[in-house]
Amino acid sequence: MSRLANALAPLALLAVLLAGWEGACRLLHVPSYFLAPPSAVAAAIGADWRALVLAAWNTLSVALLALLIASLLAQIIALLIGLSPLLEHAVRPLASVLQVTPVVAIAPLVLIWAGIDHPERAVIALAVLVAFFPIFSGAVTGLHAADPDLERLFDLYGAGRLQRALRLRLPSAVPFLLEGHKVGAGLAIIGAVVAEFAAGSGGIRGLAWRILDAGNKLQTARMIAALVVLGLMGVVLHAGLDRLERFGLAWWRGR
Amino acid sequence: MSSIVSLDQVEVDYPNRGRALGPFNLTVGPGEVLALVGPSGCGKSTALRLLSGLELPTRGRLIRTVGRGETALVFQAPTLAPWLTAQANVALPLSLSGVPKPSAFARASEALARVGLAGVDKARPAQLSGGMAMRVSLARALVTNPKLLLLDEPFAALDEITRRTLADDVLKLWADSRPAIVFVTHNVEEAAYMADRVVVISRGPGRIVGEVPVAGLLPRPPGFRTSQGFREAAEAVSARLAEGSEVTA
Repeated sequence: MSRLANALAPLALLAVLLAGWEGACRLLHVPSYFLAPPSAVAAAIGADWRALVLAAWNTLSVALLALLIASLLAQIIALLIGLSPLLEHAVRPLASVLQVTPVVAIAPLVLIWAGIDHPERAVIALAVLVAFFPIFSGAVTGLHAADPDLERLFDLYGAGRLQRALRLRLPSAVPFLLEGHKVGAGLAIIGAVVAEFAAGSGGIRGLAWRILDAGNKLQTARMIAALVVLGLMGVVLHAGLDRLERFGLAWWRGR
Repeated sequence: MSSIVSLDQVEVDYPNRGRALGPFNLTVGPGEVLALVGPSGCGKSTALRLLSGLELPTRGRLIRTVGRGETALVFQAPTLAPWLTAQANVALPLSLSGVPKPSAFARASEALARVGLAGVDKARPAQLSGGMAMRVSLARALVTNPKLLLLDEPFAALDEITRRTLADDVLKLWADSRPAIVFVTHNVEEAAYMADRVVVISRGPGRIVGEVPVAGLLPRPPGFRTSQGFREAAEAVSARLAEGSEVTA
């Protein structure tokens, strides 16, 4: 009974909010270019669903590609600096500076580098940039998280640096890497959306582009429709990654 | 006496925290079973790391005639890699030194059988009980046929029955290939039961305050715990321990 109530509570709240929104729009005669009522948003989703799915796929595929590139880069760099403490000291401050610089501020520069004909490259690069750091810091932390007694055994048995990196430190880092990838994937979506905004109409025709496009035409129903899809995509992605993380951890721990 | 490792007037300093150990003189002969007993923080584990060659003395001489590959370590916790199977954990020392995987895994299987764990090859550490995980750790130490086996409070985290069973098993395994064993414990009875010589260390900085030989054969015959020799040795170790803490307290 209480489980059912728990499941229904957020739906009930949503229904109340939507009803209030719809009612307010009608009663107060709010112009639709200012705020479209939920019924208009639903109609926009119904009419545009093919284009919305395509746009969602465009954003998602950029984010996933960016995640893949960020994952490879972050792990390779983390492994390399794991082999040399001096290199780690050299890289860390630079990485921190790059991490705290807002991606929106870097976007115009990256757009220039990508060239006017390839704004999609800039979008991918920017999404890579934001997805990189959580994976990188997870990897760096994880590579230092190996059991010190296991490290001693590796010393005792004369393990080389590469053996130690691949057979002890990298596997020890798995829980940190999983967490880093989960956070990184969420940020990759944000990065892709921000980069789409920065790239404007010449960029990838993803959800952010649809929001911009509809905004320029004062079509608030289409804007909110794209936002709803973006939100849903985020929820599904997060749930999927959460599962993946739990599954990965269970495999790593052996139960 | 011939020795496989010895510490000669050895001292170890903590970084910026004064002396941890010494002056310390200790000689370990081949096939000897030696217990290091002392209160917490007396430097027992430091002494063990010196014997392993993983740590070097600040002053004094460390002389080892056994190679690192002929030395094995068992820690208080099983210290197994959770992502590897029991078999792969045991095979680790071999595969790190370049033994091909099939033969490393076959030898790991044999080592697991020797510690009474035949058939758990594919189990992960998380699926094993504390005692079983400790046995896997022991198998990993034995798989290289070491000449020097160092045990750092290996049974401290286990219940009394498991401890006693494992103590007997370690002695039986010792009888097969007779490596020298040095083990650290703060349990007087365990020391007197397992070792043929008990070295008593004072409160930190650790110094040797006494050596107690234990009469009787290894592995111990049934009923050894109630024998005169065992009781006398245990009492002598307790007395030295008490003196050791008075000296520095």
